[in-house]
Amino acid sequence: MSKILGRRSFITAGLATAAGASGLGAAVYLADRYGLVPPDHAGIVGVGETLTYASQRLITSGHSLAREFKRRDISKIPTVNGWHPTDEKYLALLADGFKNWRLSVEGLVARPVSFSLEELQGLPAESHILLHACEQGWSYIAEWTGVRLATVLDLAGTRPEARYVVFEPFPNPNQSRTLVRALWETHDMADALHPQTLLAYGMNGEALPADFGAPLRLRLGRQMGWKNTKYLSRIVVTDRRDHYRKGGGTWYGGI
Amino acid sequence: MISEARVEATIETIPVPRHIALVRVTHWIIVLSVVGLLVSGIGILVGHPRLYWGETGSLATASLIDLPIPLIIGPSVWYRPYHFFFAWILVLTGLTYMAGSFITHHFRKDLLPAKADLSWNRMLGVALDHLAWKRPDAREAQARQGAASTDAASTYNVVQRLTYLAVVFGLFPAFLWTGLGMSFGMTSVFPILATALGGHQSARTLHFVCVVLLLLFVMVHILMIYLAGFWRTVRAMITGYVPQGGRAR
Repeated sequence: MSKILGRRSFITAGLATAAGASGLGAAVYLADRYGLVPPDHAGIVGVGETLTYASQRLITSGHSLAREFKRRDISKIPTVNGWHPTDEKYLALLADGFKNWRLSVEGLVARPVSFSLEELQGLPAESHILLHACEQGWSYIAEWTGVRLATVLDLAGTRPEARYVVFEPFPNPNQSRTLVRALWETHDMADALHPQTLLAYGMNGEALPADFGAPLRLRLGRQMGWKNTKYLSRIVVTDRRDHYRKGGGTWYGGI
Repeated sequence: MISEARVEATIETIPVPRHIALVRVTHWIIVLSVVGLLVSGIGILVGHPRLYWGETGSLATASLIDLPIPLIIGPSVWYRPYHFFFAWILVLTGLTYMAGSFITHHFRKDLLPAKADLSWNRMLGVALDHLAWKRPDAREAQARQGAASTDAASTYNVVQRLTYLAVVFGLFPAFLWTGLGMSFGMTSVFPILATALGGHQSARTLHFVCVVLLLLFVMVHILMIYLAGFWRTVRAMITGYVPQGGRAR
């Protein structure tokens, strides 16, 4: 009696493992075909990264909206994470209100284009009150004002083969030596074209403060702090999955 | 006519089946993933060892709990991918255990307490036995309560059953919920994951509370294993059988 039960459960476990393994094989094939494989899919931890990204992309398909908050929820003291650059180039731009700053949009676009801050502010603006949570553990709520990234990408004319968008900040000499100096990031098209993804030039009703990324920063509703690149200088549309910041952390920030 | 002594001798030579393969395999995978999650979790926690209630919290706001560990910037970045790697192993193994347990009736046979055992007196009795450092020895228990009792060595007593059920159906799902409650992607589809807990920081704090509860469980669990005979119990969780006849330790 006991032997039969043991064997039966052993067979059950074996069948479950076999089903799991073949299911995994099919899943990997389908995931790659439908763009569910993240850039950091390689290696042991890549397994977890891929499972997280793929399952979240399936669940959040159709532009699910991040939670929005009320004005009264806005944090009195938003956290500064790393001071603004102090090199001459940035300080000169900061001193004259970024009059000589331009954001260039290039790569896989029909019309490579660049914008001044004034030109960006002339585009349809919107505000979102969002939670900003750092992967370290702290969080604050703030209101962000800017233009949708989708609007800017539309003006440049994103080509159909576009898969990722690269966001490059000014090189920041203040950045801790233990981290990479320029915290550039890439996003997939689902997040780039998301209705809550802003190129923000305003924070809590005022011009974006220098320490929060002036003149322009990326602000997404569905991503953690590190994915919201500050001090933007260049946006590049690409189809290269292997072009991402390899800092040992997690690429997908919707976690 | 077989004498009672003969029966006893025969019983003693047959190893008693204890854990089915499903339970044994998933148990050890879960042990490994929990260790991985604990180590990587501490690596993430030192990035900001302060806990808050509500949606927001930072060095500029009052904390609920200030953990007496140093604040170290950096490890949280490197440990996060490992945390999710082990979390997926735990979730997939947990789901396999759940599905397999329903198929093999493991929950009904091994974990669901008998109705008669669900009295405060009974549970208090078991708890007092434990507190009195009475080793839950097979033959002792059988002699005291008869072979039909659920307190025999080949099954769990009522307190064990309720504890394991609480860990399987309460604690581990709570880990998952509080973890997903911090995920921006998940809360964009299911805001209730965060709002029902009181917010993003509340989810983080409750995730930590789950860790404390799990560590309490693990400490008691290991203490009980030691009291029941460490190698005998561990061997049963590896081979599936409790050695009988003679002292295993």
